[in-house]
Amino acid sequence: MMASDTAALPFVDRRTTARRAHLWLGLLLVLVSLASLAVGASGTSLWGALLKLAQGEALTLTERVVLWDIRAPRLVMGICVGGALAVSGAVMQGLFRNPLADPGILGVTTGASLGAISIIVLGAALPAVVQTTLGAGLLPVAAFLGAWWSMLLLYRVSTRAGRTSIATMLLAGIALSALFAAFSGVLIFLADDMQLRELTFWSLGSLAGASWVKLSIAAPVILVSVALACTLGRGLNGLALGEAAAHHMGIPVERTKTIAILAVSAATGTAVAISGGIGFIGIVVPHLLRLATGPDHRGLLVNAGLLGASLLLVADMIARVAVAPAELPIGILTALLGSPVFLWILLRKRGLVDM
Amino acid sequence: MLNAKDISVSYGPKQVLHGLSLTAEPGTLTAIVGPNGSGKTTLMRALTGDVDFSGRITLGDTDIATAKPYDLAAQRAVLPQATPLAFPFQAVEVVRLGLRGGIETNDRLALTALSRVGLDGYANRFYQELSGGEQQRVQLARVLCQVWRPVVSGVPRWLFLDEPVSSLDIGHQLTVMQIARDFARAGGGVVAVMHDLNLSAMFAHQIVLMQSGRIIGHGTPAEVLTDAQVSRAYGCDIRTSTAPQDGGWFMLPQSADNMEPMPAAQSA
Repeated sequence: MMASDTAALPFVDRRTTARRAHLWLGLLLVLVSLASLAVGASGTSLWGALLKLAQGEALTLTERVVLWDIRAPRLVMGICVGGALAVSGAVMQGLFRNPLADPGILGVTTGASLGAISIIVLGAALPAVVQTTLGAGLLPVAAFLGAWWSMLLLYRVSTRAGRTSIATMLLAGIALSALFAAFSGVLIFLADDMQLRELTFWSLGSLAGASWVKLSIAAPVILVSVALACTLGRGLNGLALGEAAAHHMGIPVERTKTIAILAVSAATGTAVAISGGIGFIGIVVPHLLRLATGPDHRGLLVNAGLLGASLLLVADMIARVAVAPAELPIGILTALLGSPVFLWILLRKRGLVDM
Repeated sequence: MLNAKDISVSYGPKQVLHGLSLTAEPGTLTAIVGPNGSGKTTLMRALTGDVDFSGRITLGDTDIATAKPYDLAAQRAVLPQATPLAFPFQAVEVVRLGLRGGIETNDRLALTALSRVGLDGYANRFYQELSGGEQQRVQLARVLCQVWRPVVSGVPRWLFLDEPVSSLDIGHQLTVMQIARDFARAGGGVVAVMHDLNLSAMFAHQIVLMQSGRIIGHGTPAEVLTDAQVSRAYGCDIRTSTAPQDGGWFMLPQSADNMEPMPAAQSA
């Protein structure tokens, strides 16, 4: 009886699609990475260098510097930041049960920025012990704390008795963004000329500042927090039904929420610390993937990481090539791409805001 | 056995449940009925561990205030009143979430459960595009998947249903109540918050009648649903009676004093 029913209407299992997508998106990331190494203002050829290596010849100094010290760290940073932002977006959307949640829109990025700006401006006033022990990690740590506090505040304000009011969440995000931006404004006002230069470069949002030194701190943090986030699939699936229902299905709700908030804060905070404000990756990528492979978070989180990394690398290539030898701030590109998608979701699903 | 002893719940300064106690046996269907605001849903939320309460609630040997979520999930499933979803899940994907909550591993069960609630061929339909009643039945299928077998190695499992038929047409109301009763007949326990007194009288083995945060009647439908008790609880004149065919118990709202009695009702 069952067999005939299912035969009458062929049953599609989207989990298979999601699993296949792991493979295709992985392949895409490899191709985009190679392209990213090959493209650049200097005209150094990746293929030429690879050919030389294959024939056992030595690379010229230019080739080594361009490929290994400029393009390679930039590639790794693009992968880390793109993956971190996309996974953070997917986790936040799961946590808030809404496809419009995003670290950029809800003030988490602004919180991280405030943390980073405080260090750039006020860092010198910190006790010497703190400065020497944390060293180059100071900026990421401050950005993480900023992101973490804004996540906690946001969750407290918008979630009452296990239910998240979406209108409250979006409005709270706007208010928090404005508040953090105001604090940042005060700090920028206090900054001296040197600090202003540093702030401006940083806040443009770019992968241009990539270096192995920065990555040695940022990459492990991002990898760990993204890996942690990817274990939340089952918990976030349960939370999609609401906190009470998730609890009834045996999901440790409080633990899932705590891990989600920590992972998003660490990933977003670190990404912001090394690349400034790059928006909308976190909203575009999970949304596209949900359309293609369904909302099951177990496949979605990994796929989001892969696609987010590829997307940011593509955006970075465009940013490098479009107005070469100058470089577009990548944040502009992602916003150009992302804001229409955000509006599109809003228009197609007006009901979401009333929930 | 479900055993609740001396349960009190307060929301802020307002006490909603006043030290009530009840028991329910596996193999039976218990309906919690009462007027709006009588504390039915709060009692349900206490029984499922969703609100803080004073007193003690045990399910078998498990103290539900201290049990781990996954231990409870293996023993009981809870159907909420309505479950809006923001993500484009398909019906079968929602049902499968229940499989992961329980101890069943057979994936095909999701399709069987959908068929059980009358949603054959709905597997790939988007949950958000279903009607309220269809969504409610998808959720019932999810909950059934979580506790598919009513008894596992001698331990009964439980269904807690919060107004399971509130958004259903009469045909599906009967289907859902039959599913609940079958679950109880097979040895599981069912506790349901109900609005419909007639369906409660038809299907429940035991009725818990609530008013103002207290239990004012606890027993078989015939014991609890008397003219006096029902009229008192709901604050209007209700006549109870038995159906001519099989002696089932039913209520006639037509006898309420502010309504014109219908001729058919008078002759019943």
